[in-house]
Amino acid sequence: MSGSSNLVAMKKIVQQLRFEAKINRVKVSQAAADLQQFCIQNAQQDPLLTGVSSGTNPFRQQKVCSFL
Amino acid sequence: MGEMEQLRKEAESLKDQISAARKAVHDVTLPEIVSGTAVVGRVQLKTRKTLRGHLAKIYAMHWGTDSKLCVSASQDGKLIVWDSYTTNKVHAIPLKSSWVMTCAYAPSGNMVACGGLDNMCSIYNLKGKDGNVKVMRELAAHTGYLSCCRFLNDSEIITSSGDCTCALWDIETGTQKTIFSGHMGDCMSLAVSHDFNMFISGACDYTAKLWDIREGACRQTFGGHESDINAIGFFPNGNAVLTGSDDGTCKMYDLRADQELITYQDPSIMCGVTSLAPSLSGRLILAGYDDFNCNIWDSLKAERVGVLAGHDNRVSCIGVTPDGMAACTGSWDSFLKIWN
Repeated sequence: MSGSSNLVAMKKIVQQLRFEAKINRVKVSQAAADLQQFCIQNAQQDPLLTGVSSGTNPFRQQKVCSFL
Repeated sequence: MGEMEQLRKEAESLKDQISAARKAVHDVTLPEIVSGTAVVGRVQLKTRKTLRGHLAKIYAMHWGTDSKLCVSASQDGKLIVWDSYTTNKVHAIPLKSSWVMTCAYAPSGNMVACGGLDNMCSIYNLKGKDGNVKVMRELAAHTGYLSCCRFLNDSEIITSSGDCTCALWDIETGTQKTIFSGHMGDCMSLAVSHDFNMFISGACDYTAKLWDIREGACRQTFGGHESDINAIGFFPNGNAVLTGSDDGTCKMYDLRADQELITYQDPSIMCGVTSLAPSLSGRLILAGYDDFNCNIWDSLKAERVGVLAGHDNRVSCIGVTPDGMAACTGSWDSFLKIWN
C-alpha cells in the first residue's frame, strides 16, 4: 500500500516549504539596482557587447606577410 | 482530519506565506528601475569559425576554462575536443553509447565527461600517460537518462537526470556522495555557481531549484514557467538565475529577492528555448530556439537586440567563453559555429 510512502513524501514537501518560507528576502529595488550596476560596470569589458577589433580577435584569420 | 489532509493544508498555507513574502519585497519592477537606461544597440555577430566533423546531431557543447578548447557531443557517437582558434580536432573520442545528451570539460582541462540514454556519466582522462584518451570512470546509479553534467574539480562532478534527481559524485570511487531530490519531473539542465558552493537545476516540473552542494539541500524554488525548463545558467554576478523553457520564454529570477524579475518573450516566438548563455557582463543573453535561430536579448530591457542565423536545424546548445570573447552554437545540423 503506497499510503505511508505518500505520507513520507508529503512530510518532506512540507519540511522543504517551511525551510524555503524562512529565508531572508532583499527588496527588488535593491536587487534590480545591483544587477543593473553590475552590467554597467562590466560593459566595457564585455567583448560581445563592445565588439572585438580584428587585431585582438583570436578567431579571425591571422594575415601573414612573407617575403617571396 | 487525517494526517495527510493536515499536511496538505499546511503545504498550501506555506505556499501562500512564500507568495506573500515575495510580494512584500516587490516594491518596484525591473523595467521601472531601468527605465532611464537605453536599450543596447543592434548586436551583429558574425560566424568566425565553423567546426565541421560530426556526422549527426550535436546535442551539447562546453568551453574549457582556457576559452580556446571546447568539447562537443553528437549522436554520431563521438566526443570531439576542438581547438576553436584553428578548428583542429585535438581529440575525437569514440563513445560506447551514441545516445549522448550532455558533455562537460573539467576546469583543469584534464578530463571531459558525457552521458545520455545509457543513464551513466562517463569520465575520460585526456592526459593519460600513453597519449590515448580512455574511459576513467563510469558513474552509474541514476535510473534515468543523464541530461547534464558539470565538474566541480578533477574529483567531483554534478549530474542531473531524467530520474528527477541530481547527484554529486566522487569520481575516484565512482559513488554518489549526495543525492539532490525534490524535483517532480525530469531534471533537464544544471549550472554551478562561480564559487562552486551552489548549483541550480531546471526540470520538467516547470521549476528551477537552487541547491547548497555541501548541505545537500534545496534552498529556493522558482516557478512561473508554463512548460519544461530546458536550459539554465547563472547571471555573471552570481545573484540571479536565467532559465529557458519549452513555453518559448526565458526568465530571470533574482536569488536575493527570491522571485522572477523579468520574462524574455515575444508573441512571434512560438517554439521552445533549448539553450542559453549570458555574455560576460550579463547585459546580453544568447538563447537558442527550436526554430533554428538564436536570439540575443538585452537582459535589462528585455528586448531582442540581435539574431544569430546560420544553422540549418535546431540550435541545441550555446556557450560563451569564460573570457567573454565569443559564443559557440551547436546544432542538429552537425556543425558548431563560433561567433563574435
